[in-house]
Amino acid sequence: MRLNRRMTATVATAAVLGLTLAACGGGNTDGDTGGEGGGNQVEVFTWWAAGSEKAGLDALVGEFETQHPDIEFVNGAVAGGAGSAAKDLLQTRLQAQDPPDTFQAHAGMELQDYIDAAQIEDVSDLYDEFGLTDAFPADLVDRLSSDDGAIYSIPSNIHRANVVWANPTVLEENDIDPEAEYADLDAWIADLEKLDAAGVTPLSVGTTWTQVHLLETVLLASLGAEAYNGLWDGSTDWEGAEVIAALESFETLMGFTNDDRDGLDWPEATQMVIDGSAAFNVMGDWAVAAFEEQDKALGTDFTAAPVPGTDGTFDFLADSFTLPVGAPHPDGAKAWLETVGSLEGQVAFNQAKGSIPARTDADPADFSEYQQTAIESFSNDTIVSSLAHGAATPVATLNAISDATSKFTTGASDLAGFQSELAAAAQG
Amino acid sequence: MLNKLRRLGPPLLLLAPSLILVGVFVYGLIAANFTTSLTDNHTAAQATGQEPAVFVWFTNYLDLLASEDFQHSLMNLVLYTVVFLAGTMVMGFLWAWMLDKPVKGEGLFRSVYLFPMAVSFVASGVVWRWLLNSNQDEQASGLNRLFQMVGLDALQNNWWNNVTFGIIAIAIPAIWQLSGYVMALFLAGFRGIPNELREAARMDGASEWKLYRYVLFPQLSPVALSALIIIGHMSLKAFDLIMSISKPANYQTKVPAVDMFVFKSSFDYANAAAVGSILLIIVALVIVPYLIRTNREEKR
Repeated sequence: MRLNRRMTATVATAAVLGLTLAACGGGNTDGDTGGEGGGNQVEVFTWWAAGSEKAGLDALVGEFETQHPDIEFVNGAVAGGAGSAAKDLLQTRLQAQDPPDTFQAHAGMELQDYIDAAQIEDVSDLYDEFGLTDAFPADLVDRLSSDDGAIYSIPSNIHRANVVWANPTVLEENDIDPEAEYADLDAWIADLEKLDAAGVTPLSVGTTWTQVHLLETVLLASLGAEAYNGLWDGSTDWEGAEVIAALESFETLMGFTNDDRDGLDWPEATQMVIDGSAAFNVMGDWAVAAFEEQDKALGTDFTAAPVPGTDGTFDFLADSFTLPVGAPHPDGAKAWLETVGSLEGQVAFNQAKGSIPARTDADPADFSEYQQTAIESFSNDTIVSSLAHGAATPVATLNAISDATSKFTTGASDLAGFQSELAAAAQG
Repeated sequence: MLNKLRRLGPPLLLLAPSLILVGVFVYGLIAANFTTSLTDNHTAAQATGQEPAVFVWFTNYLDLLASEDFQHSLMNLVLYTVVFLAGTMVMGFLWAWMLDKPVKGEGLFRSVYLFPMAVSFVASGVVWRWLLNSNQDEQASGLNRLFQMVGLDALQNNWWNNVTFGIIAIAIPAIWQLSGYVMALFLAGFRGIPNELREAARMDGASEWKLYRYVLFPQLSPVALSALIIIGHMSLKAFDLIMSISKPANYQTKVPAVDMFVFKSSFDYANAAAVGSILLIIVALVIVPYLIRTNREEKR
């Protein structure tokens, strides 16, 4: 009996040792194959972890696997905080010189910090190699290029920021024609006053970034495309009389908004229009997904139009992919960028995500009703860069403008103070 | 000499791992943070060494302290801390005082009051963001709606969206969460006072007020000090509750910890480090006298 117990113990020990060794061995073998296959993979870092964004990424990966079956896709998506969690982690990884093979970033000036820090590569030769220069509108390529003609990312999709969404039922109840096309902000403000007098929230808005979003469309409407662009390259004077007029309109518009704005993000603000508790909402065209998810039809249940005074201008923002310096698998990254820029990749991605392709050669018939109007405007309108979404300025400038805007809309600064803070922010 | 080494050697050897870890990861990083705060490292390019960063000594500190926005953050921090401290101390003491009387169901009440502490600041912040909705009258919800339902319409206000005093509204959930903890501390204090002391005081003819004033309060003062220090340093580091009720860009609820976060996300490492150092100094002003006092008492 005693002998038996000792036997059992010995056998058990041997078994445990054996398993441990096997486990180690297994680990090693896996590690080796992983290392050997390393040349044929690509880690794609995004914040597309849920909803229509994840659907878009999945569609893009499907296309990538058809085009490059020999390269393994490694999903580096980080969820949380509308991308702020991902940007935080990315900042750390880039500083530690452990970059992903490619990462998502807003196209335009938001990339400037990475460029200055020599963390991403110039990909303009890939534009030639993949034939993208002619496929994208000239205005867009111009907006993406830095001063010396270098381009640092390839856009996967385009969104329009200067869209105003309205609830036609609320408008009709208050004797306002939902079909009306407003020539400028003043005509719009006249109708907002009517709604305000009737006790409806005329315009819904959310927390600071949505207020900056509203501010940028007001600046665009009031100054026009050329002077608006001038705000970012220094040729328009922030202290000038035109800017004062624009900021006065902004002040008037903010007076028509809901009181609980600072606690809301864009879905809640847009929901107010869907529910009919507010008449208008200015938000980018990703908001169309919120309407469609609740089975609302464009034209009958909601309307979409360029923000009054910005007709003929397309205030763009884009997600794009980069080539980090020192990417462990540059060939994989280039293959990914090729798919991102390709017609098939852009169509698959944007059908699922609800944005529109950056390429002008996509067939509009493949897309939804709203997307078709956006595609048409994108190829005909003047394209300008969005402020609130990182296309027009570097992050630090945007943060300073956001701070100034929040200070103004909570009543801590007056118009003159706001204007001088904006001027200081734009100078950097 | 050898003897001394033999006596000190083993304890030093045992302490070495934690000394080294604390040295590197706490004090080493504090030093690194302080060094960064003395440079003009305000851009991503400087952070990665593409462009030179030079020492500017205390310029960042002076600029920060002179800026109206940072003064607003500091003012918010002071308001928040004062209200948070006063609220938790008063509520905690009252609850402990009531529970110290022989009451039925003491265990139940104790758990009920202590329980909010088990909820994370982020989770309660999400609920309180809704309760503290600033809409009034027809659109009201949360507490403003409750005021309407009980006929106290005049009490409606815009809570944390008030530009000067908004931060006080965020102290309300903080008080709700930590009063129970202060209660537990005071209750332990009350229970630590021997019954004989009370009896002796009563025998000597002390009134109930005199009993508290001259017998119980002096015995409770070390507990009160501990509670002040613990709540005080939590309040100075407040970040998660503010972030989950408000947003980092909202001017009305800015505190230094939020400024630090915004600076860091703008690649402005020097200013972020300077704000961090300022916070550390403020917390040290609270903690260090307490440590010195405790140390002196232990030696006595």
